[in-house]
Amino acid sequence: MKRAVIINKKDNVASLLSDVLENETVHAQLGNDILIYTIKELIRFGHKFAVRPIEKGENVIKYGEVIGRASIDIDIGCHAHVHNIESLRGRGDLS
Amino acid sequence: MKFVGFERPDGSVGVRNLSVVIAAADCSEPVARAVAKEVDGAVAITQHYGCIPGEMVANTLIGVGKNPNVATVLLVGMGCEGMPAHALAKIIKTSGKPVECISVQDAGGTRKAIADGTKILKDMHRKIQNLKRSEFSLDKLIIGVKCGGSDTTSGLAGNPSVGVASDLLVDAGGSTIMSEPIEAVGAEESLSKKAINAEVRDKILKMIANEEKRWKVTGAQMEFMCRGNVEGGLTTIEEKSLGAVHKIGSRPIMGVLKTAGSKLEKIPDGRNGCYLQDSTHMEPMAMSIMAAAGAQIVIFVSGCGGTFGHAIVPFIKVTGNPDIYAKMPEDMDINAGTIITGEESVDSVGQRIFKEILAVASGKQTLGESLGYDNFSVFRRDPRMEALLNISTL
Repeated sequence: MKRAVIINKKDNVASLLSDVLENETVHAQLGNDILIYTIKELIRFGHKFAVRPIEKGENVIKYGEVIGRASIDIDIGCHAHVHNIESLRGRGDLS
Repeated sequence: MKFVGFERPDGSVGVRNLSVVIAAADCSEPVARAVAKEVDGAVAITQHYGCIPGEMVANTLIGVGKNPNVATVLLVGMGCEGMPAHALAKIIKTSGKPVECISVQDAGGTRKAIADGTKILKDMHRKIQNLKRSEFSLDKLIIGVKCGGSDTTSGLAGNPSVGVASDLLVDAGGSTIMSEPIEAVGAEESLSKKAINAEVRDKILKMIANEEKRWKVTGAQMEFMCRGNVEGGLTTIEEKSLGAVHKIGSRPIMGVLKTAGSKLEKIPDGRNGCYLQDSTHMEPMAMSIMAAAGAQIVIFVSGCGGTFGHAIVPFIKVTGNPDIYAKMPEDMDINAGTIITGEESVDSVGQRIFKEILAVASGKQTLGESLGYDNFSVFRRDPRMEALLNISTL
């Protein structure tokens, strides 16, 4: 069984506790609950996937706090990482 | 709860009994290392900012010389250095421990300095073998906590279990120091809400804002992430920071220890607890500065599996990544990967780490020590850059 963890109920991403392949089912633990997701692409151990659709420009939440912003739309079950999430801090490129 | 350690003349307690040779600058480093080599178990340390390195470097070397793990110190200077070895010796000597100093030029050159230094060090080292451990309560213990080469497991397993150990230590009267201000960017709320009062809260926020200013570059993203972080699943500095701050635990943060300027602050008497230190994230520099503030042991959390150590403070290495632990068991003292696999709770691993702290404090050798790790380097804030960036003091 492939497992993941959602740390806080406000989170819109889960962290994987094993490598998963496209179309595999993941059991994500949030507190005492288990939520089931189908993964849309190969994602590695320790990486994140979206547990809800995240729109371009929307905040990405982990630990109940903002960890960045989606740079493009991220579909539920898709890999959420450096290719579609940008940091909001130290953005000298925007000044 | 007690541990057994070496009582020093100034009342501090060491978990190790080290003979240390300090080269005032890298010019006298080769002589210092040659002398230390002649004495089994002695260590040599230095700094590479040149012979006029400024207060922060001087205070770091002085603090390290005064660290309770250090039983005796031999300073080695070239003889013409801008930060005189004999001045460092004089200040370290106020701790009451035996301190000597030699100058390469006064000795008459390299070979004579090595011969003189070796004779002095052998004598000093022999004398400290008479020192024995005695029992002390945990209020004499200061633990540095640091993470490096973080991956996702650091925030889920490694750091939270260290946080539990920190809580246990602080509840028993000890203290914890955490540095790495850049790896608090994004976790300001999480950290500052633990401040014991508004003044400390403001210092925490200022410290983090200052550090972001130092690293931000016009025209580029700061992207404060290493290859291991990103391959390990961490996406942004905010995510890394939110995982990192778990290691200070949940007890109130009593203050922010300053390191630059004229003073390298220590934990005030009678005010044990959790402290942040306004230094650096870089390793092993951060650990040298923790040692300068009196920390006797460092807990180092690494998801990717960083394997270094430190000449002055033993490292308890924790990894929350079960694959890394399986791959490198000779380097990792604690496997927190059992949290990831579901075999153990964060609490249970935290208890194990706390027990390990007591064992290492009382003399148990860490894996890093058995492998002979003796990293040492110092870090300096540049006052000119601080002024240019308009960094306000805490």
